[in-house]
Amino acid sequence: MAAPRSQQAGRPGSRFAQFKLVLLGESAVGKSSLVLRFVKDQFDDYRESTIGAAFLTQTIPLDENTTVKFEIWDTAGQERYKSLAPMYYRNANCAVVVYDITQSSSLDKAKAWVKELQRQANENIIIALAGNKLDLVRDSPDKRAISTADAQQYASEAGLLFFETSAKTADNVKELFTAIAKKLPLDQAGPRNLRSAGSRPGVNLRPESSSTQGAGGCQC
Amino acid sequence: MDGVAEEYDVVVLGTGLTECVLSGILSVKGKKVLHIDRNPQYGGEMSSVNLEYLFKKYEHKFGRIASSTPWTKPGSDASDTKPWEKFPPARHWNIDLVPKLLMACGELTNILFQTGITENHEFTQIAGSFVQVGQGSSATVAKVPSTATEAATSSLVGLMEKYAAQSFMRWVGAFQENDPATHKGLNIQSATMKEVFEKFGLKDSTRDFIGHSMALHQDNAYLTQAGMIKDTVLRIRLYVNSMAQYGRSPYIYPEYGLAELPQSYARLSAIYGGTYMLNTNVDEFLWKDGKISGIKATMTDPIDKSEMLKFETKCSMILADPTYFPDKARPTRYLLRAICILNSPIPALRTDKKCNEDKNFSLQLIIPQSQIGRKNDVYVAALSPQQKVCPDGYYIATVSTISEGGSDYVNELKSGLDQVGTPVVTFMVPPVPVYEPLESGHQDKVFLSKSYDSTSHFESTTDDIQDIYFRATGEPLTVKGLREGQLAVGGK
Repeated sequence: MAAPRSQQAGRPGSRFAQFKLVLLGESAVGKSSLVLRFVKDQFDDYRESTIGAAFLTQTIPLDENTTVKFEIWDTAGQERYKSLAPMYYRNANCAVVVYDITQSSSLDKAKAWVKELQRQANENIIIALAGNKLDLVRDSPDKRAISTADAQQYASEAGLLFFETSAKTADNVKELFTAIAKKLPLDQAGPRNLRSAGSRPGVNLRPESSSTQGAGGCQC
Repeated sequence: MDGVAEEYDVVVLGTGLTECVLSGILSVKGKKVLHIDRNPQYGGEMSSVNLEYLFKKYEHKFGRIASSTPWTKPGSDASDTKPWEKFPPARHWNIDLVPKLLMACGELTNILFQTGITENHEFTQIAGSFVQVGQGSSATVAKVPSTATEAATSSLVGLMEKYAAQSFMRWVGAFQENDPATHKGLNIQSATMKEVFEKFGLKDSTRDFIGHSMALHQDNAYLTQAGMIKDTVLRIRLYVNSMAQYGRSPYIYPEYGLAELPQSYARLSAIYGGTYMLNTNVDEFLWKDGKISGIKATMTDPIDKSEMLKFETKCSMILADPTYFPDKARPTRYLLRAICILNSPIPALRTDKKCNEDKNFSLQLIIPQSQIGRKNDVYVAALSPQQKVCPDGYYIATVSTISEGGSDYVNELKSGLDQVGTPVVTFMVPPVPVYEPLESGHQDKVFLSKSYDSTSHFESTTDDIQDIYFRATGEPLTVKGLREGQLAVGGK
């Protein structure tokens, strides 16, 4: 599993760990809206897909000594035609699988994503199920297509965190991400810098290491 | 937003590295890209796959390759229809169909860095770079020396040649194209590498390891062809400088397999508005005045194979791998490959102290053609769990060469297969055609890539990427600075 990025920061005893979080789910269930609400506390009814952002980041102070930083990756629209690259969720530490509580088929799609994550992603990935668009059923309860009890039961059986959320009204959004942060294996977060070769045989790619080809010099 | 647009600037066909790098860069530069692949996975010819894929697609044989048991045809295992279930599950396997590695100082590494793609991946170092001298029972495998000092102590260099090899390496470092004083009295344009080797008094076996395992020439044409001196010097420098980066070999490798790289570029393209469709067949190409004007295509559901979407769209150009236009390309040669799944490290590294410490049993072994009486080198690329391509306790070795005709593939690959020990199972890939486009694409606006060749690295692939970019846009490809503006935004 991809080790979470962690470092000792600030005063002694304080801890700062960084985790990759991915969002999965059918088109138009509100994945990007949840991120936008969490990261920027904004909502836009007619939002187009984000262009030009590889990922967004947001930190959550867990307690006075611990800060969790999420590196939040969006699908970039690749799920629209069932063409999401597995590289997207390959080394994710946590995932939010989103469905729309007013669209019954979206929970089936969410279940398929949970299966795919359990098959292909890290074995100890933390998965949260989020039933979004809670605001729609507040006004007109008959719009609800998936009962809270049914989704809760599935989430318990599959070992997932579960929240019903509204990106529009911010209901349960912060709670969702905080619950994930609390469940992440902070203790396993060894001190490891972002791209350091350090104790592992990984390599640190840096600009000066590139393109010395043909440039006169030689380390012969 | 759910419909396919009526028009795109570029339609890209095939999701190999070449196509995906181009899609990514064109999208970042503001082009509207539709990217299609007929397969259910990314990577095209250079996909990374699991064991089920290999068992279903290729002939295989359990145990000793030289045994008299016949190869099992794909799908014909009578008693045991799902042999992959005897192995750890699919998530643990990322087996490359194309056995290539990245040169640490190569142009691909530069492009990956300049486009910010290195942020998405962890890279590991390949633990060894070896060359074989002799053949059959007298074959010895030795580490490729990479500095003047190492050349002087290497078992590959005969006692009488140690000084000569050292001087040669110093000359490679000092050579400057515009300074005749560094040309050893030769006319650099018309002289050959053979003359250079003669000047230094280097004999055939030393020439072999310098030319094949450092300059990474695949045959001996470079020896007698005029004008190859500068090219060979630059190749040796690329090797030596790459080696100097991390110390054990000049090669690096992305965790989880090579196909992570095209996927990463596809993601970059999508972030900049590129549209992605796997499982999509092009039904018809549309032409206007001899130029491509659009496509008709059908997307099928990856699970139930039902038709999901049928559409037509316009475009002003197509970039494609040659398998999408078989009549516009020709095969220039055929590659042979055997993929071996091992349960012990490749013999050359088994007792290596550092490899055992790091649990990194990966190498590139080159068997120069003249050592084994062939016209083309045989390559062995070995990877281990450290590269996250196979589960603990397993190793992957891929043996490859350019076919010299006939149907005895095992015999052509034999010298490499001899170096991998006894595999658990070996998959024999039928000859893979290496296509080259017949035309430049200027006339019909269809720009084709070349197939992945038999070289052990991606230098020729990046040449192709730059060439296609230039042909298609009329501008040279500059990647410097592309990563600015695509770093994380927002947050606190």
